[in-house]
Amino acid sequence: MNRRKIRVLVAKPGLDGHDRGARVVARALRDAGMEVIYSGLHQTPEQVVETALQEDVEVVGLSILSGAHMTLVPKIKRLLVENSMNDVLLVVGGIIPEEDAAALIAGGFAGQVFTPGDSLEKICNYISSNFE
Amino acid sequence: MQQLVEELLKGNRRAAARLITLVENDDRRKFELLQAIYPHTGHAYVVGITGAPGAGKSSLVDRLLQVIRAEGLSIGVIAVDPTSPFSDGAILGDRIRMQDHALDREIFIRSMATRGSLGGLSRATKEAIQVLDAFGKDLVLVETVGVGQSEVDIVKTADTTIVVLTPAGGDSVQTLKAGIMEIADLFVVNKADLPGVDRTVTEINMMLDMKNDVPWRPAVIPTVSIRGEGIEKIWSSIKEHRHHLETSGRLAEARLRRVKRELTEQVEYLVKSRFWEEVKEKFFLGEIFEKIARREKDPYSSACELLDSTNFFERKS
Repeated sequence: MNRRKIRVLVAKPGLDGHDRGARVVARALRDAGMEVIYSGLHQTPEQVVETALQEDVEVVGLSILSGAHMTLVPKIKRLLVENSMNDVLLVVGGIIPEEDAAALIAGGFAGQVFTPGDSLEKICNYISSNFE
Repeated sequence: MQQLVEELLKGNRRAAARLITLVENDDRRKFELLQAIYPHTGHAYVVGITGAPGAGKSSLVDRLLQVIRAEGLSIGVIAVDPTSPFSDGAILGDRIRMQDHALDREIFIRSMATRGSLGGLSRATKEAIQVLDAFGKDLVLVETVGVGQSEVDIVKTADTTIVVLTPAGGDSVQTLKAGIMEIADLFVVNKADLPGVDRTVTEINMMLDMKNDVPWRPAVIPTVSIRGEGIEKIWSSIKEHRHHLETSGRLAEARLRRVKRELTEQVEYLVKSRFWEEVKEKFFLGEIFEKIARREKDPYSSACELLDSTNFFERKS
């Protein structure tokens, strides 16, 4: 009963309107026993971070298919840090070129980046393994 | 921890969020925390919103927030969604409708999963309300999970309870049934642009008019939440109901009943947890279970034996 439940915010920042991927991932995380807050489409970085704060989540998962990841991810990371949420794990999924993914991870903006072809199991395991 | 409470009282949103997590996770400091914030509670008025899945509760909350904020009140929202009985996970999706308010500093929204509770609220909803109350919210809106007929815990928690229905919800006998139809201080018939709304409104009114001499006669308000129609009427009806409760003394009565229930529950909780702690130290319970299963013992005398083995209660005979 005292086990800390992993709470994850799944958010879609920016302007792309395709949330099938986000929903599939949300569902998989639910089935892996996590509490998933889904905040819907078209969120600004400020909305994402304020939601993460109020919901006191351990993980923020961003789904970005618009190509704006190099702007959105660092901005959201910066806002998280500004709100003393350095400890929140930021995970990104979407259509993200390899070199961008590497840059986001190397820059300390994202803990991990998942792209098409990565299994749901891999995503769930990555997140759970961060809280063991 | 003391610092966390101080930060909460100063209005720190992150402290509020953290404290809700701590009470929700049954942190060992939970009661200490609740003790510390209790003197600062009692200010917030609690409005519950309940109804079937997809009736439009979240959208109504979204619209209500808009109307209520125009009067300058500070608002907390607790939105409950169900926990999976299989994986223990949950999808908390009520916020989707409310994200326009995400950046309003006077609105604090928290999603909670039921975590095994079956009455329409989560196990820690009451405690989360106390945190938001101490946080300085004037009003706390509690949205239940989508309910059926009998999940009526909200009525024990809210000062005003709103039941949200939609047109075409069955014949008029449904309105006579016990449970959810009895708990409303205010009925909302949402999606009133769909056919059948007049009949639904009439049937609820007829049910309500079967009984005279009631201290409060709930209003029945048709709304179309996506167009914002009828929302102001809901808010004025909430205010009327509050006025009625306050002037008739019923609010004080209800809150006294709530205190009594909370104290009883807390005593029972402590007795139970201390009892099991002591019993588990003294006995190997698995052995007793097996004996009962093999019919060598029975559960009734075994329970008495366990109870007698503790120093909990003076034996009467």
